[in-house]
Amino acid sequence: MLPMHRLEGLAKLTGAERYLDDEPIPGCLWGMTVRSPVSRGRITAVKFDPAIDWSSFIVVDHRDIPGPNETYLIENDQPVLAAGCVRHVHEPVVLIAHEDRRLLRRAVAGVKVEVDPEPPVLDYRVPPRAEQVQRGSDNTIKSLRIAKGDVERALASAARVIEGEYQTGAQEHIYIEPNAMAAWVEGDVVVVRGSMQCPYYVLNALKHALGRDERRVRVIQAPTGGGFGGKEDYPSTLAMHAALLSLKAGGRPVKIVYDRDEDMAATTKRHPSRVRHTTGVDADGRLTAMKIDVLLDGGAYVTLSPVVLSRGIIHACGPYFCPNVLVEGRVVLSNSVPYGAFRGFGAPQTQFACERHMDRVAGAIGMDPVAFRKLNLLRDGQTTATGQTIGGISGGTDRVALLDRALKLGAWEERREEAAAFNLTHPYLRRGVGVSCVWHGAGFTGNGEVYLDSKVQVAGLADGRIEVRAASTEMGQGTSTVFAQIAAAAAGYDAGEIVVATPDTAVVPNSGPTVASRTVMVVGRLIEKACGELKQKLGTRGSGLGVGGLNGDSLRRAIVEWHARNPGREPAATATFEPPPGVKFDDERYVGDAYATYAWGACVAHVEVDLRTCAARVLDFASVQDIGRVINPVLAKGQVQGGVVQAIGWALLEECRFRDGAMVNNQLTNYIIPTADDVPPIEVEFVEVPYAHGGGGAKGVGELPMDGPAPAVLNAIADAMGREVGADPMTIPMTPERLMTLVEAAEGAHGV
Amino acid sequence: MKVHAPATVNEACEMLARAAAEGRTLRPLAGGTDLLVHWPSKSAAHEGEYLDLSGVSELRPLVWRDDALVLGALTTYWDVVREARVAAELPLLNAAARQVGAVQIQSRGTWAGNIANASPAADGVPVLMAYDAGVALRSSGGERVVPLSAFYTGYRASVRRPDELITAIEVPIRSRDVAVFHKVGPRRAQAITKIGVAITRLAGSGADRWRIVANSVAPTVVRCREVERLLDSGARITSAGGFMPALQADISPIDDIRSTAAYRRTVMGRLLYHSLLGACSSVV
Repeated sequence: MLPMHRLEGLAKLTGAERYLDDEPIPGCLWGMTVRSPVSRGRITAVKFDPAIDWSSFIVVDHRDIPGPNETYLIENDQPVLAAGCVRHVHEPVVLIAHEDRRLLRRAVAGVKVEVDPEPPVLDYRVPPRAEQVQRGSDNTIKSLRIAKGDVERALASAARVIEGEYQTGAQEHIYIEPNAMAAWVEGDVVVVRGSMQCPYYVLNALKHALGRDERRVRVIQAPTGGGFGGKEDYPSTLAMHAALLSLKAGGRPVKIVYDRDEDMAATTKRHPSRVRHTTGVDADGRLTAMKIDVLLDGGAYVTLSPVVLSRGIIHACGPYFCPNVLVEGRVVLSNSVPYGAFRGFGAPQTQFACERHMDRVAGAIGMDPVAFRKLNLLRDGQTTATGQTIGGISGGTDRVALLDRALKLGAWEERREEAAAFNLTHPYLRRGVGVSCVWHGAGFTGNGEVYLDSKVQVAGLADGRIEVRAASTEMGQGTSTVFAQIAAAAAGYDAGEIVVATPDTAVVPNSGPTVASRTVMVVGRLIEKACGELKQKLGTRGSGLGVGGLNGDSLRRAIVEWHARNPGREPAATATFEPPPGVKFDDERYVGDAYATYAWGACVAHVEVDLRTCAARVLDFASVQDIGRVINPVLAKGQVQGGVVQAIGWALLEECRFRDGAMVNNQLTNYIIPTADDVPPIEVEFVEVPYAHGGGGAKGVGELPMDGPAPAVLNAIADAMGREVGADPMTIPMTPERLMTLVEAAEGAHGV
Repeated sequence: MKVHAPATVNEACEMLARAAAEGRTLRPLAGGTDLLVHWPSKSAAHEGEYLDLSGVSELRPLVWRDDALVLGALTTYWDVVREARVAAELPLLNAAARQVGAVQIQSRGTWAGNIANASPAADGVPVLMAYDAGVALRSSGGERVVPLSAFYTGYRASVRRPDELITAIEVPIRSRDVAVFHKVGPRRAQAITKIGVAITRLAGSGADRWRIVANSVAPTVVRCREVERLLDSGARITSAGGFMPALQADISPIDDIRSTAAYRRTVMGRLLYHSLLGACSSVV
């Protein structure tokens, strides 16, 4: 397939694209949220400033919810609006709407939520005292375990045992467009339109809380300015809020657009993590035992934490073979904003720990970090921690060759030698190189894709074009473009003759959420199947051509003729997901094929540390990834480069600072994301090992780019600082302040 | 929010005098960049009266006198970047201007606004202070010029009376043989300073030649007079730690949302040492 520009690229480039906030809605009210001032307690009163004339405002609280006061997700423990108690600062309590945004801001400030405080959990790493327990006996949201072989015996007989503890912090998504949603009532139907990744998640949440079936609720995606997981589940909350206000306002449209500071303070973030490794190796440096303890901060409600933990522990051993594994994972409740989906979904956290640890293990046994990785990388025929044999549809990738290619692309040997010479002469700059090897299972974990039961419809339009109907959303990553390419290839069309329908639950079937790197691989494959079905239908019933004989011009003609014969109707075909044969996973025991296939990657980072300030800067970055067949090279490269930038931010700069459970740097002036000047040249190459069951042969590309950069960068910092200074960074973000503390601890305070 | 729009400096001064007499706070507004950054989250806190100077063309020009560069109160960072002679004669102004925000901010934000806003993290102030700049203050009662190094009286406080308007900044042109500006932000661009230092030395011999001005390490941008005295004394400093006793007296950094006191103190010592190592080997 030829490279193709993004279909919506020009509109975005020129500013012609209209996000929800840009779009005037006649008669629209603005909605805003009154939030909890404290991290935990019982609401004793909600007081409205008597100086404000409240008769001109629409006011909603939990008593206005027609259905259960629950956010429909894995567990329905999160209220739509707090009733009786609050569990985190900024938890929504009251909603207010008014035509005048300025008056609305003042009104929100005129509502006081009075709370009798209870002892909150503000550090997830500390076991809770009795009065802090809010769930079960110890605030555990979910525990999961993977066991293979006998790890204790293997540790006891290992030549060396190396331990390490690694921590990662919360991260903000910083999608360009903050969360935004509008709701109104058409006849008896509640319609919401806004920024989102998963229209059917929003639909399900509305059905549940509003007590309506799907015929009386409709969800439409508006142009969406980035998601990264931050618009996976959170838009359900906004949609319910906007719908409640609209219903109370007699069906008038209500628009809620979060300010940046509100979005940063009140919405989900990446789960903070603490991962402990105990690793046994034999005399040759082969991994014999990996005992891993994963602890995640889940925040105040369950949301998606159990599945984030699941993906986290499955990826915790990295792309290595080890015969004896025990991974124990736990996600615990704390009184912060619920942590949620964020690109990588737990895997970046556990792979940061694993890849930093692999360098430290190699160092401890006197092995080169590359040689150590090559010795231990999974070979086809070997098994993962869940006992999945890599091979067949999950095999075919030479992971050692992939690493070699990344080393070449990242000029590993040359830069390593250069750095050694440079560091001897420069008064205060130190350079180093770091490597990482990662993997990422694409699609939902285990039997998740089967439960999703995803569907895609394609229809022939009267003019002969083909429309693709899926709930998968375009949010800047290129869904529309790649769908058009895949359908065009399947139909023998030009991509310009494919219409990709706007996700609207009244029009498109549920192709599943736009998450988990599944869109091209899983949904793309359904598009191919549906196109095949359409050809077959038209071929057998229509022009007399044989099955599958229609393609391109003949298909176009057949569609036009079909319409002529059947006025007012359309030829359409629907495809439903079927798992690849032989893929089996035991959800209870965590044994088997955790993912049908995996994407693989290797990264090389070249870093410079300024000993005056202890600031680290990435000078060059190289990434080589096997994502199956590359459908659109420009978009795929963009995904990788974007992931590298986001991961460098996570590794070095981005830190959510909390005071009493509230994020205090909820402004872009103080939450530091990389600028163009903080980002190095990023070299990207692909290894293409096609996946037989993926759209166009693709595996997932969305998340893998987030997994490798942070450990590669930290390994490079350790390389730059290690020999001379002895600092061994094991926490991110590795801010200059943190690195200076490490350096001073390693050497005692010293001048340079 | 109420906005007054004078056309002349006299009119602006009259408005300020009237407001002062009536006990109203009237805040002069130039580029508006310090105001907009808090919109809309702190819009309630910014309710009040503003004196919009954008129509006062007298405040606009950047003028070279024989002995000084005069920056009118509406001179932006970008005006200075575009003035080639600045880079040659007062290079630290150019260096600092280029590190303020992004080009959009540089082309709206003004030097006078940066002084008046009185942030300890102000990027424009250290270099002006290191060049011995003076602040021209006008009121209906007349004009006075205050040395910038005597302008601040405490955190966000200055000698400017409510009825006075900053009309210009005078930067004397004198021969200097050391000129260094180093800004440490939390990232490489578009960042608020965590630690900054401007260093100059007057050419020739004699006392009182050094100017060491630091930002983000005290309630105001500060002249580090103990460090200046140390350097003026001709002492040789052989390590970053050699500056610490003098620095301890000059700066009082705090832990805040951007950094820590310990980090700021350590880095300030290292910046001084390495800047002077690079610029002036006779000292270190």
